[in-house]
Amino acid sequence: MNLVIIDYGAGNIQSIKFAFQRLGINAELSNDSKVIRNADKVIFPGVGEASSAMKKLLASGLDVIIPDLKQPVLGICLGMQLMCNSSEEGNTNGLGIFDTEVKRFRNAVKVPQVGWNKIENLESDLFKGLESDFIYLVHSFYAPKAKETIATSTYGIEYSAALQKDNFFGTQFHPEKSGNYGAKILENFISL
Amino acid sequence: MLTKRIIPCLDIKDGRTVKGVNFVDLRDAGDPIELAQRYAKEGADELVFLDISATEQKRKTLAELVFKVAEKLNIPFTVGGGISSVEDVDILLKNGADKVSINSSAVKNPDLINELVAKFGSQCIVVAIDAKQIKDNWIVHLVGGKVPTKLDLFDWAKEVEKRGAGEILFTSMDNDGTKDGFANEALDRLSSELNIPIIASGGAGKIADFTDTFKEGKSDAALAASVFHFKEIEIKDLKTALKSEGIPVRI
Repeated sequence: MNLVIIDYGAGNIQSIKFAFQRLGINAELSNDSKVIRNADKVIFPGVGEASSAMKKLLASGLDVIIPDLKQPVLGICLGMQLMCNSSEEGNTNGLGIFDTEVKRFRNAVKVPQVGWNKIENLESDLFKGLESDFIYLVHSFYAPKAKETIATSTYGIEYSAALQKDNFFGTQFHPEKSGNYGAKILENFISL
Repeated sequence: MLTKRIIPCLDIKDGRTVKGVNFVDLRDAGDPIELAQRYAKEGADELVFLDISATEQKRKTLAELVFKVAEKLNIPFTVGGGISSVEDVDILLKNGADKVSINSSAVKNPDLINELVAKFGSQCIVVAIDAKQIKDNWIVHLVGGKVPTKLDLFDWAKEVEKRGAGEILFTSMDNDGTKDGFANEALDRLSSELNIPIIASGGAGKIADFTDTFKEGKSDAALAASVFHFKEIEIKDLKTALKSEGIPVRI
């Protein structure tokens, strides 16, 4: 298993590396297009601000490479958001993989959403063998429900907790921080 | 539905977990990595590591401990104590911390909050505020509650939110160590005046104290140390009790 975590300077990737290490998989960190293209599986992480993360992708050419990947790709948190058409955060375009626009939570709820919420309506092999359960999230922006939605969660409104289009997967939550349940989701991704 | 978080706090000094009564007279309560794993297994939603000696001793980072914790722990954790620069935060996050909390350094240099938020995002910046009630006002204190400032708790908390912090960890110095319940009136006011999550800290002694801080204090999370370290309250029992009171928790 050749697993690559895209390292483009947007946030903490050590915890994702450790999460796979706990599953006995050594993940390689790279921003090299060749290494990424040749990987069996790719993780597209991201924490921080959307428009500045997008700038980093544009500067490194990853904005072209990522949508073109053929192997399973898992975007986590901001990674998932950047795979959408656009984001209200810094009014930036995204990679246009998922056909939806990322929006900010309205102030009827506390923003950011921080903590454990339930994912429901699971519809993907990413959740194979899993029932609805709690996952850890920390985010101010969300992807509305779309045709690519494979899991939902509710915080004021029902939104996409995970998305999938072909070989591209995205989770708004952090599977690497969602206890044993999150570890099972990562294991499922590896088994795809 | 977003659940209310239970957060054991591991106060760290010289690599060991300690908990002081009113922040003085420290007691040793175990190995932090072992404790962290135990809490994760027992159902803690998150952990906080605070180097309580850091501000006085100018200790820069807990990078080594953070790395070892991140390696083992599959729930989020926050690290605080003596963090005073963008570089400090960068090192901790790179070693696997999910969030950092800043306290004195934010009071001394409020722009630090903006700088950290711009570089790392709101989601990983927690501002810890220690305050004590003096006459009718809640006054922000520094250095583990020893040094009063001129800042009013609510004014400061609003400024912290405006500058982009993702969460506030509010410790009532009056309640801390008393085991007599959280400062729910102040917490309720914080929650109604601000729109970021508030973590209640200081005063946990029994299960009802947690119920009260979620119901009356409107807290989003509750942090405690000794009641968990010395097994006076089991997290499992606590969550079962909260659930039976209609409070959403992760079980």
